[in-house]
Amino acid sequence: MKTFIPAEYEVVRDFNLCTACRLCENQCANGVHSYDEKRGVMVADSLQCVNCHRCVCVCPTHALKIAKSADCYRPNENWSSQTMNEVYRQAETGGVLLSSMGNPGKYPVYFDKLLVNASQVTNPPIDPLREPMETRVFLGKKDVEIKRDISGRLIDTMPPQLNLKLPVMFSAMSYGSISYNAHEALARAAEICGTFYNTGEGGLHRDFYKYSKNTIVQVASGRFGVHSEYLSAAAAIEIKMGQGAKPGIGGHLPGMKISDDVSRTRMIPKGVDAISPAPHHDIYSIEDLRQLIYTIKEATDYSKPVIVKIAAVHNVAAIASGVARSGADIIAIDGFRGGTGASPTRIRDNVGIPVELALAQVDERLRQEGIRDCVSIIVGGSVRSSADVVKAVALGADACYIGTAALLALGCHLCRSCHTGKCNWGIATQREDLVKRLNPDEGCKRLVNLLSAWNLEIQEMMGGMGINSIEALRGNRLMLRGVGLNETELRILGVRHAGENV
Amino acid sequence: MILNDLELKTSPAEGEVRIPSGCAISAVIDRSGKRMTGEKIIRSIATMHDRSNGLGGGFAGYGIYPDYKEYYAFHLFYNDFYSKKQTEDFLIQHFEIVYSSEMKTRKLKKITNEPLIYRYFLYPLSKRLANSLMDEERYVVKCVNKINAEIDGAFVFSSGKNMGVFKGVGYPEDIGKFYLLDEEYSGYSWTAHGRYPTNTPGWWGGAHPFGLLDYSVVHNGEISSYDANRRYIETFGYKCSLQTDTEVITYVIDFLIRVKKLTLQEVAKVISASFWSTIEDKPEEERYEETFLRKAFPSLLITGPFSIIFGFTGGLMALNDRLKLRSMVCAEKGDLAYISSEECGIRVIEPELERVFAPAGGQPVIYTLKDGGNRQ
Ligand code: SF4
Ligand code: SF4
Repeated sequence: MKTFIPAEYEVVRDFNLCTACRLCENQCANGVHSYDEKRGVMVADSLQCVNCHRCVCVCPTHALKIAKSADCYRPNENWSSQTMNEVYRQAETGGVLLSSMGNPGKYPVYFDKLLVNASQVTNPPIDPLREPMETRVFLGKKDVEIKRDISGRLIDTMPPQLNLKLPVMFSAMSYGSISYNAHEALARAAEICGTFYNTGEGGLHRDFYKYSKNTIVQVASGRFGVHSEYLSAAAAIEIKMGQGAKPGIGGHLPGMKISDDVSRTRMIPKGVDAISPAPHHDIYSIEDLRQLIYTIKEATDYSKPVIVKIAAVHNVAAIASGVARSGADIIAIDGFRGGTGASPTRIRDNVGIPVELALAQVDERLRQEGIRDCVSIIVGGSVRSSADVVKAVALGADACYIGTAALLALGCHLCRSCHTGKCNWGIATQREDLVKRLNPDEGCKRLVNLLSAWNLEIQEMMGGMGINSIEALRGNRLMLRGVGLNETELRILGVRHAGENV
Repeated sequence: MILNDLELKTSPAEGEVRIPSGCAISAVIDRSGKRMTGEKIIRSIATMHDRSNGLGGGFAGYGIYPDYKEYYAFHLFYNDFYSKKQTEDFLIQHFEIVYSSEMKTRKLKKITNEPLIYRYFLYPLSKRLANSLMDEERYVVKCVNKINAEIDGAFVFSSGKNMGVFKGVGYPEDIGKFYLLDEEYSGYSWTAHGRYPTNTPGWWGGAHPFGLLDYSVVHNGEISSYDANRRYIETFGYKCSLQTDTEVITYVIDFLIRVKKLTLQEVAKVISASFWSTIEDKPEEERYEETFLRKAFPSLLITGPFSIIFGFTGGLMALNDRLKLRSMVCAEKGDLAYISSEECGIRVIEPELERVFAPAGGQPVIYTLKDGGNRQ
């Protein structure tokens, strides 16, 4: 028996418009389009289509659209076509299902159930076009001792800080999972915007050391590409303990994405799957984490903040509290919606918790324990807009990581096929013909545009609340109200329901 | 004198809700240390009658208890004799009470529903204090918090040495006369507050100034950073039970001065910090200091409109938010210095001034007793 899985999407071509220029054929790395010489028309094999919209976007006559296929199994609320197809696939191959990008499932998005306040009458809104509106943040430990010199002047005792012009950074995406051009665009945009990008676990390409002032380097369980120069180049070092898209397991970079350059940067053999282990094999407990943190601090002369990235899991508040007591300067919490270049489907879709709830609990717990000042908090997975940033900061975050939103700015259409290595947008691929589709100049400009637009929107929303510095928004939960949330959800988020006065 | 308990309670009590208020504030200090009665400050705040709405007024006077200057002066509101009894039992267990009496007040038509008001001069029992392993001030603050949080119907609204807070529900000028501030008390400095709450809590403890030991704060404004400041300061053991700006501002100042040992100038640079762009243009030394303070205490930046007068033993500090979203004027004549929401509040008590100015946003104006001034 041969499994046949009907196409999920149908390539619809308007033959009145199609000039058979064959551009779509040239652009689709999945080989969907071809020219039928005999009939003199373009044909499409919809079965191969991943709905990346590349052909639709490039078609000069707008002759193409991708529609959800009308072909369907007998409707069943319990057995969706996707669930059935997955069973067929596994019965055929005996393998673990792979997916990419963030959890697309039907779970609540708490950001969408939070509403922001504005000033009326009793205090004035502030107009960001006329008054300064500050979005600069410093990330790092704040629990300083006040010391003075003999003449009584204050001495700057601040531990190392990251200085961000706006509370948004690009989250970890490794070279290997994404392309050289994508990395270049991110690095340059981070430099222009006064923020940071993150190498992920794939090492730092030689060419990008020049952006190191705006680079956060990652140390993950595979330790790919980690050496002393890599550590000393960075602005900050992130220890990746977990990732929202796949809590509890390590990374997986398929061999075909491991080109010469990627192999050199990661210091691993070419063409062989790069699998990083689920745990760091030198960290089986919290005291081991402390050792790694201090090893890194020693190696870098205590001159750089150390970030510990954890996935949002059920016990996240207690874990974060342990991390805060282990010498980390910053904790990054990655929610279950966070993206990935490749993850087992079951894990991506079923493990972890929403970042909004994790953030609210971590912030509250650290405050209860009086150690909120020991760390800054970054959240990601997923932050989709400036409004999400504002809400995250009001819940207690110091800054946000964006990954998927940054890739969207570079052209990604969320086809969720990054693991195939055939990204038609030149992002999640190492195929040279595809990579060069992403122009780093243009990509950088689009990222800069995105961050500038978000910054303006953040300022606008802050001004409406009568707040002219992002510091005064952080943890300011009275500025939030929930809609359609139950008592438990409100309690966990630490906000009141809309309509409720304080 | 007993609180009218026949009225049904329809609106939430102070502390159960957050009540934004508009206000008038005013202060005067004689830097030579010479003492004056409360008559002037009453006239000053009365001029700004329209900035209050009769739902709260109050005063703080410094140097008013020279005969008891070594003792903490507790002013208490009681709803009934039962809460008074409970409180006094508690006080006896923790303090030596040197003198206590009912507060002397004047019957006025406009002041109704007043609680029982008592005053105690006391100092901590040395054994209890030693056992608590706390310093004296912390011990006193803990006791005050305990009474306010746990004894239903009792509220300590003043707890400093040689100073006192007097407040209640009514227009401030009436409250001043009710407490006989114009006759019975003289101090080297006075602050006053008229409240314009957008709600009718009608609780005497909710009026301002807010006092913590000898610190007192009067404030006009509604800060937008409230919950960020509150959640931060509460991690250091403060409890913001009244949910007012004034309360959280007092705790913030107390934390920065008493715990972090910052100077008043430095405190101003934390709570009303200059914009980063302004800091960048400052001379090296200031830039170094202000950058450090902003980096170290980001959560204590206060945004939104405020003008505050912070009273302490030996002086006053006036401070505006960094955009100066609330009016505030300062003036001087000889040893006398004045601070007021409006200039009229100063002119009415001193028409001939040597210097009148409106401090810029975020610029603290600090007036202290001159060296050798008769402090106490
Ligand atoms: S995979 Fe992308 S480029 Fe290919 S047909 Fe589908 S939408 Fe078009
Ligand atoms: S990065 Fe490329 S492959 Fe991945 S979801 Fe986006 S468009 Fe698809």
